[in-house]
Amino acid sequence: MSTPFYVSPQQAMADRAEYARKGIARGRSLVVLQFADGIVFVGENPSRALHKFSEIYDRIGFAAAGKYNEYENLRIGGVRYADLRGYTYDRDDVTARGLANVYAQTLGTIFSSSAEKPYEVELVVAEVGDTPEGDQIYRLPHDGSIVDEHGSVAVGGNAETISTYLDQRHEDGMSLAEALKLAVQALSRDTNGSERDIPAERLEVAVLDRTRPQQRKFKRIVGRQLGRLLEEGGASTAAEAEGPEDEE
Amino acid sequence: MDFLSDHQPDMLPGRRQLPPIQGVIEAPHGTTIVATTFAGGVVLAGDRRATMGNVIAQRDIEKVFPADEYSAVGIAGTAGLAVEMVKLFQLELEHFEKVEGTTLSLEGKANRLSTMIRSNLGMAMQGLAVVPLFAGFDVDRDRGRIFSYDVTGGRSEEHGFAATGSGSLFARGAMKKLYHKDLTEEQATTLVVQALYDAADDDSATGGPDVARRIYPIVTVITEDGFRRLTDQESAEIARAILERRMEQPDGPRAALL
Repeated sequence: MSTPFYVSPQQAMADRAEYARKGIARGRSLVVLQFADGIVFVGENPSRALHKFSEIYDRIGFAAAGKYNEYENLRIGGVRYADLRGYTYDRDDVTARGLANVYAQTLGTIFSSSAEKPYEVELVVAEVGDTPEGDQIYRLPHDGSIVDEHGSVAVGGNAETISTYLDQRHEDGMSLAEALKLAVQALSRDTNGSERDIPAERLEVAVLDRTRPQQRKFKRIVGRQLGRLLEEGGASTAAEAEGPEDEE
Repeated sequence: MDFLSDHQPDMLPGRRQLPPIQGVIEAPHGTTIVATTFAGGVVLAGDRRATMGNVIAQRDIEKVFPADEYSAVGIAGTAGLAVEMVKLFQLELEHFEKVEGTTLSLEGKANRLSTMIRSNLGMAMQGLAVVPLFAGFDVDRDRGRIFSYDVTGGRSEEHGFAATGSGSLFARGAMKKLYHKDLTEEQATTLVVQALYDAADDDSATGGPDVARRIYPIVTVITEDGFRRLTDQESAEIARAILERRMEQPDGPRAALL
C-alpha cells in the first residue's frame, strides 16, 4: 500500500492561493473609482458580449476580474440573492455589505474545500449612497476575505502598479470625465512602466450615478457618450467638467 | 419564477393552501382601469377607489404601476393579491433583464403575466379574482400596445382602447364614442379621464375626481422615452377641465349622430 505524500496545511493553502493569483493575473485589470456623483467602473474588455461589470440591484454594482464562467456564476448568485431579499423585505434592505458577506462566505468555502479548485476571481462590490460619504466599495480577493476600500481600487493582472498610480492621483470630488481619464491612464500602464494606448472600443465603462432620477442607478456608458466624456477629460482636466447627462 | 418555486415556494402566490371557505370573503377590490393607444404610445389610467362590499375601503389607492421602463400594469380585482402579483411581475422582469442582459419582448411580458393570472385561478373561483390590464410600448414595432386578460389567464390584444374592472362597461362605452386613431398624447390623457368620469358616473364602485380631498385619477403615459406618470398637478388640471365642462354638460362631450 502506498502512503500518500504528507503536505502541510500551510503549504496546501499557499499552493491554492498561488494558483488562484496566477489565474487572476492572466486577466486584464479593471478599476473602480469614486467621483463626485457616484462610482465609475472602467476596464479593458475587447468583448462586448461578456461583461465585466453588471448591475446587481438599485444602488449596487458588481465588477470582476478572472475567469468568466466563475464570476458569471457568482454574479447570477448575487442577483438572485439581492432580488429575493428585496422581494421578501424591501428594496432598501438590500445592501452591498450583506452581499459582500455572502460572496465572502461562498469564496471562502470554495477556497478551503479540498474537493474543489479555488475560484480564480477577484470581485468588487460597490454601493452608491445619497452622498459621497455614503458610498461603499468592497474588494473580495479569491480567498474569501473582504477589504473595505475608499476612493479607488484596482483588481486583476496588473493591480498593484495600477492601484499605486491611482492612490497617488485620485482625489475626492472629481468629475466623471476626470475620473474616467485617470482610470484610462492608470489602465494603460504596463508592469514594466511603459504605456500603451487603449482605444475607446476596447473600454467597458459603467457608472452608479446617484443623480439618476430612476430607482436603478446603474448605467452603462457606451458609444457617443463615452467618446464625448473621453474628449472632455482630455481637453480640460482643470476646468469644471459637466456631470453625466442621461441620453436615453 | 423558477428560482423562487425551487427555493421558497411559499413566497409565490397560488401555491398557498387555502383554508376551507364558506360564503364570500370580504376583501378590498380595485375597480376601473382604462387604456388607450395614441400616435406615439399608450396611456394607462385608473381611478382611486377600492371597495369592500358596499363600503369604500380606500379613497386613494394606487392601481397603476410601472412594470418596467416600457410597460405598465393596471389592476382590477382583489387589491391585496393584485398588488402582490404586480410586485412579483416587476421583480421577474427586472431579474430577467439583469441576468440575461436584455429585456423581454412585450409579447413575452404579456405571456408571463398571463401565466401568473392563471396560477391564481383557485383564488379566483373563491371570489378573489385579479384581472389586470397590461400596456406597453413595443420598441421592436415602434407603437403602443394593450393586452387585456380574463380570470383564467386568457390574453387578448386590444386595438385602440380597453377597460377592465366593474366600471369598464361604462368606460368602454365612453371611449368608443371619443376614440379616434390620430389622438395626440394630450387628447389621449383627456380621453382616459373622461372615460373614468363616465365610469364613476354610473358605477358606484368607481371613484370620480375628488376635488375636496384633491384625489385625482392616476394617469401614466408610455412612449419610446419610457414610462412616465403624470404628476398630481397635471392630472388635477385635466380632471378640473373636464369637471368645468360637465357643469354645463353633465353627460360629457357629444358625438355626432350619424
